[in-house]
Amino acid sequence: MDWLYVLMPISGVTIFWPGLIILGVGVGIIGGFFGMGGAWMVTPGLNILGFPMAFAIGTDIAHMAGKSLISTMRHGKFGNVDYKLGFIMLVGTVVGFEVGAQMIMWLERLGNVEIIVRLLYLVLLGLIAWMVFSDVSKKRKKDREARAKGHEVDALSTGIEWHKTLHKIKLAPMIHFKAAGITCTAWLPIAISFFTGWLAGILGIGGGLIRMPALLYLLGCPTHVAVGTDLFEVMISGLYGAFTYTMKGRTELVAAIIMLVGAAIGAQIGTVATKYIKGYGIRIAFGLAVVGCALSIILKLLAKELPAYATLLNNSSTTLVLGLVFCMSLYITVKMVQGARAEIAAAKNK
Amino acid sequence: MKGIWTKISVFVLMICTLLPQAVMAAGEKADLVVIVADTRGLTGILHAWGTLYNESHLYFSLLTIVLIPVIGLLFGTIADIVMKTIGIDLEHRELSEH
Repeated sequence: MDWLYVLMPISGVTIFWPGLIILGVGVGIIGGFFGMGGAWMVTPGLNILGFPMAFAIGTDIAHMAGKSLISTMRHGKFGNVDYKLGFIMLVGTVVGFEVGAQMIMWLERLGNVEIIVRLLYLVLLGLIAWMVFSDVSKKRKKDREARAKGHEVDALSTGIEWHKTLHKIKLAPMIHFKAAGITCTAWLPIAISFFTGWLAGILGIGGGLIRMPALLYLLGCPTHVAVGTDLFEVMISGLYGAFTYTMKGRTELVAAIIMLVGAAIGAQIGTVATKYIKGYGIRIAFGLAVVGCALSIILKLLAKELPAYATLLNNSSTTLVLGLVFCMSLYITVKMVQGARAEIAAAKNK
Repeated sequence: MKGIWTKISVFVLMICTLLPQAVMAAGEKADLVVIVADTRGLTGILHAWGTLYNESHLYFSLLTIVLIPVIGLLFGTIADIVMKTIGIDLEHRELSEH
């Protein structure tokens, strides 16, 4: 069975390549569907397959750039990517990320900040999960009230509407974003992207998990456009990250390419599934993914606090993340197949 | 106006000339901690890839960031063809909900 293993030229480890393809399919589906890189899912997976942690992160970033490109291409054709918004946000993201990264290095010189960073990440994830589920609950309440009054349910209504208050800021220059269908001051996306970039820099993450809800709740993007535009940003930041990690000799391109084979299929499934699942369906699934991510971090924190149970807790964290990837990928694939079947049947009947 | 453009051009040229030198200088200092690929057990393209990594991190990195989008584009296009063959409409999506 030696043919199932491939020797990685840089790290020198032998890897079970079908495992890389399966992992690529899973994260491709989730990434294409939610609009995020998904480093928190890929890194433990690569680690299990035998990659040292440093190589796991670099390889993940390299594959993330390629995967996001595939998803962005598809979302772009659906009209889900607001390129103008993406480019404007890129400025704030890059500057914010660098400020955050410099700040964390400064804090590290003062003392060990890892525990604080992890706790901050947890608080943030808790806040995002609360926002998502509170939004869903408010939207359902609005729909119930509309039905009770005998009115038609407004398909475009949203639960949380903070963006409406932020759109009242009339500071020149005002910009209209066609794909997102919003008009606001250019300073709003710049400020939001600076903030999310700064947080990503402090937390040492790609930022898709933060940017996606920020696009939804602070900027007021429709869910599908938030997903597509976020992927566009992940693609560019992924390429930059791939370059810096490769310069440090921490990227295994052979593994990234093998993963891309799976991710190409997965990203298409995830992206096409957004055709058949309504905006709020995506938001609920996203909220669940955030909860899963938070639970895995809690388990990792506990592993550090309780060394006697470290192995058990670390393994539980990895099992949780990979289980979540499997369940969500399955759900999205089933929905995509059902939707595609219905579409093909409808096309035949015409 | 012409003077400004000349200054900008000189500045850009200077950056382009000096930046790789700066990167190389940083690379030499970091050589002590950078992993060297063991190419003895490798053959064919993997051997060439490992050798390129050992010889120049900069070219290796540049090639990596060129290859990733190219391969992504290639796989994406293949997946597109497969999806279209199945009969899925990849051009339109009703944007009726938020």
